[in-house]
This record gives sequence, C-alpha cells and structure tokens, in this order.
Amino acid sequence: MERVDYDKYLRTSRIPHIWCPGCGHGIAMKSILRAVDHAGWTKENTVWVSGIGCSGRITGYVDFNTLHTTHGRAIAFATGIKLANPKLNVVVVTGDGDGTAIGGNHLIHAARRNLDITVVLLNNNIYGMTGGQCSPTTPQGAKATTAPYGNMERPFDIAGVVAACGGNFVARGTVYHVNELEKLMRQAFLKHGFSFIEVMSPCPTAFGRRNKMKNAIVMMEDLKERSVSVKKAKDLTDEEREDKIVNGVLLDRDKAEYTDLYRQLIEQLRGS
Amino acid sequence: MGTEDKSVPRLLTGNEAVALAAIEAGARFFAGYPITPSSEIAETLSRELPKVGGVFIQMEDEIAAMSAIIGASLAGARTLTATSGPGFSLKQEAIGYACETEVPCVVVNVMRGGPSTGMPTLPAQGDVMQAKWGTHGDHPAIVLCPERIDDAWELTIRAFNIAEKFRTPVILLLDEIVGHLTEKLVLPLKKQPKLFDLPQNVSKEGYLPYRFDGEYPPPLIPVGQGVPYHVTGLLHDETGFPTNDPDLAERNARWLVDKVENHKDELADVELDEVDGCDILVFAYGGCARSARGAVRMAREKGLKVGLFKPRTLWPFPEKELQEAAKTAKRVVVAEMNLGQMAHEVEWALGRSIPVELHSKLGGEPILPTEILATIEGRD
Repeated sequence: MERVDYDKYLRTSRIPHIWCPGCGHGIAMKSILRAVDHAGWTKENTVWVSGIGCSGRITGYVDFNTLHTTHGRAIAFATGIKLANPKLNVVVVTGDGDGTAIGGNHLIHAARRNLDITVVLLNNNIYGMTGGQCSPTTPQGAKATTAPYGNMERPFDIAGVVAACGGNFVARGTVYHVNELEKLMRQAFLKHGFSFIEVMSPCPTAFGRRNKMKNAIVMMEDLKERSVSVKKAKDLTDEEREDKIVNGVLLDRDKAEYTDLYRQLIEQLRGS
Repeated sequence: MGTEDKSVPRLLTGNEAVALAAIEAGARFFAGYPITPSSEIAETLSRELPKVGGVFIQMEDEIAAMSAIIGASLAGARTLTATSGPGFSLKQEAIGYACETEVPCVVVNVMRGGPSTGMPTLPAQGDVMQAKWGTHGDHPAIVLCPERIDDAWELTIRAFNIAEKFRTPVILLLDEIVGHLTEKLVLPLKKQPKLFDLPQNVSKEGYLPYRFDGEYPPPLIPVGQGVPYHVTGLLHDETGFPTNDPDLAERNARWLVDKVENHKDELADVELDEVDGCDILVFAYGGCARSARGAVRMAREKGLKVGLFKPRTLWPFPEKELQEAAKTAKRVVVAEMNLGQMAHEVEWALGRSIPVELHSKLGGEPILPTEILATIEGRD
C-alpha cells in the first residue's frame, strides 16, 4: 500500500470520532481518503456530502468542503452542488437507513440520471445511531430493537438495485477485504458518471450484540466467511447465494454523463 | 416572449413573471417538481434557463428539489424552486435546513385550496401561517406576497435581494389568482428594484461563515473557492461545527431569528390607499387585494371613508405600519381566503383596541368586491 499522509486530510481537532469500538466506518473512511488521494482531488476542489446517522458524521472529520445534511437527502444536495459547479468533485457518504430507506428515491434517481458523483454507502445492516432499529438491509430473522421477534422483511440487495437503475459504476466491498476495497474505491472515484460503492461495515454495538456476534472480531470473520466474488457468485444457486456477500464490480460502463449533456444543451442554445 | 425584448410591453401570467424576473435577478439554478398551479414557473425556466447558461432540473420529489437548490446555492448559484401547498409541506424539512445553515434561496408557493390535495386548480390563501411556522423549531421567516403582475416581478427580484443579504430562504407566496392571471407588464417598473450587490473582497483569512455578532450575516463564500468549511443542520458555533454548549447553541438559534426581526423596518413593505383619516380600514393581500380595491372604491362612492392596507411583506408582520394606518379607524375589515390566519395577527397587532371583522371564503371561488363591500357596510 502506498503511504498516504492522512493528517493532511483530517480535522484532527474533531477527533476522537464518535464511532464505537469495532465499527467498520473508520476503515471505510481511510479507504475513501486513499482513493481521493489517488485521484488527486484536493480539499479545495472536493465536496463531501453526508446525511444523518453514523455514516453522516464522516463529514465532520475530513478537512474538505463538507456538508452534513438532512436525513436521506445527501444525494439531492450533492446533485445541486454538482450541477451548479460541475468542476467540483462530489463524494456522498451515506448509510443503509439514510441511503435506502428515507433516501432510497434519491439514490435510484441519481443513478438513473448518471450524474458524475461518487456515492459510498456504508452498510451496517442496522440504524446504529438511534440505537439499533431494523433497516432495509437487516437480514430476515435478525433481531433489532424494532424487530424483537426477528425481522420479517427481506433485505435489499442495494448494489443490485442501483445497478438496475443506471449509473456507470457499481461495486460492493467489505472493510475486511481492505486491499480489494481500495481497488474498487479507486475505480469508483476515477469513473466519469454516477458511481456507487456499497461497503459492508460491521456494527458490533447495535447489530452484533443482538445477533450472536459478540464482538468486532466475530463480525469481521463473518464478513470473511460470507463473502464471495462476483465471478464465483454466478455459479451459485439463488438459495446458495441467499446469505452471501457478493463482492466486486457489478457494473462498469461509460454512458453519457448528465452535466456533459447539459453543457452541450447550453452551448447549442447559446450558439444558435 | 423571451428574456431579450425587455422594454416591449408583454402579456404575462404571474407565474411567467416570477420565472422571468428570477432570471433578471440573476437566478441560474432551478430545481422543481410538477405541481398545479405552479408548474408554469418550472416550464418557463426549463425553456429559458439554459439560454442564459443556467440549469433547470426536474427532481424526483419536492424534498429533493428543495435540497438541490440549497446545494446549488452553496456552490455559488442564485437559486429558486416553485411549488404549491402539498409540495410546500414536503419542502419544510429542507427549508429548516436552509434557515439553520443560512443558505440563501427563494421558494415560490402558489397557493391552492387545502388541506391535503385540496383544490389544485382553485385559489386559496391557506398557507400564510405555514409560510411562517411550517418547519420545526424557532426559525426566521420572510414572506412576500404579490397582488399584480408588476408586483410579482418586483417582489421576485426583492426576494433574491433579501435572501442574499440575510442569508436565509425567502418565501414568495402567490395564490392561484395571481399565478394564473394574465396582465400587461411594462419594464422598467416605476419602482424597479436594484439588484443587491454582495460585498466584494470578503477576506478568506480567518473566514467565519457563521458569525453571530454582525448586523447581517457575513457573505457566503461558495464551496470550491478555497475556504473549506463545515455546513450542518445541527446547532453550531461560528465556524460551523456542531456544539452542545448551551450558550453557544442558544446564541446560534437566537441569531437566526434576530437577524430578521432586528430589521423589521427594512423588510416592511406595504401599499396604502387613502388610510389617512379613514373610518374603516380594509386589510387584504395577494389576489384578495384586487377584490378589496373594488370594494373600497364602491364604498367611497357611497360616501364611506375607507382606507386600504395591503401588505406586500406578510412576515415579519408589519405591525407598526398597520397601527399607524389604523389610527383613526373605528373598524378593520380583513378579507382573506382562509379562516382568519392574518385576521388574528391584525387583531393582535392592534391590541384588540379596534373591532376586527373577518370576511373569509373557502371553496375555491375568489371573494367578490360586492361581498367585501357588504362586510364594509355591516350588511353580512
């Protein structure tokens, strides 16, 4: 791994962060910073936008233009920023509750528009900050404070949903597989057009404790054991794939990007 | 009709006037969602904005539209959105965010009948209180309300000026009557508003985006101009970072309201018609003011001494101006298409010293001049 001067990118005075011991979000933040560094983005030309929840707090810690917005709406705010100034690099960090429940509509439409922003969704399968309520990615049967008898609903395959909606790049990784995650992040950040990366991130405090995974190590091992590559997953039956984490690139293409199309429209109208 | 031939008299609807005046005011970003009776604003801007290098986007919902204009404003664009009652309800979440983060923007609400889906193509004035108290928590409210097309043009430009100077969302409250009414517009207006020039050369050194101690907020340096700072909907200190310090949090919350309330005189904007020495004062705004003018004229023809008070700024409420205008009045008649949202405010402003009679009408039909006349004459 290349050496990266993380302090350059961090608001060290805002740290220690609020994430619990064993939370995967810090690893994800490091991975994002490495990708930003690799892409050559600077604190002047990069905007980070987050919503509400544990993932939302990331914008307080990174020393860039940062927006900590309302619950679920980070992508909508980011859309305004990018369209008003397409030269800015825009990163959205969201979570499974923020990004797929209250913010699900914004996610699928941003993918459909193929706006050149990068959305990193930290999926810990639970509402962590509010104390462990069920989220749209909580596995069926898992316990949560609002699912004391076990969750009856089937979880979202988020990356699959986004890939079906549009965009140019969709991938999934885990904070256990840090080297692979970094590769995926680099691809996502360099991709022109809408790029989306789902990062599986353990929450021992609000999810693990109630679901027979007593600590962070057990949760990390769980990520390792359940992971399969996109390639291998193709050979599995639906039943075999049910509780697997399918990692890798799910979508990679180069469809026309939204701000480019809009710029062309302006040039066409003003030229005539 | 376009943005080029400015001096030629034009026939415009209120909605078209708002859209074109927004471009005149320098607005270069609109995000919206289709809703009657405001859609012509979005339609006009989808056609006109790209011609001037601006951006129009139809978002997936009302909340997204409101959020997008806040983002665009932070990135340096003058921005607006337009909606009607049900959409205005949805936008409240993000309007609160714009208040707390002190991001300028203009929100047009072309009122229709309510509550809920209400009466989409028919007029009402039921959102007057929502425009002030719609989002949760204590927050500032600046609400402008036009009666005519020239009014709509002028107040749109004024809305952008105020939004930038006070760094807060400004609500432009039309009703369906004004939004869909076609009238002649001749530019320049007699009272052509000048565009507010942002102070130049804002020092980037030690920039505090959220100073609480000035007369007005410091100008916003857009993101991407070399001064990275943090923006949050949490109560924050002057740097923008969240705080749990009770004193700082209270100062932040008070500042948002005080910066507006301390400039009530500057924001007050009323049209007066023969209020000096009047026996009866009629209070009306928006589309209702048109009927009130007719009623007042008819009453004067009958020898009654009637004055008209038309607020163009609804919030902050122009109580001082009202008290002055009602000095000699023995009665005040309020005409509005709701159940008395402003009448209560009028009563309060006058300290219940003068009887206030409400002529209200729901159901989607405008109040007729003869109906207001009946109330003026005490016949209803």
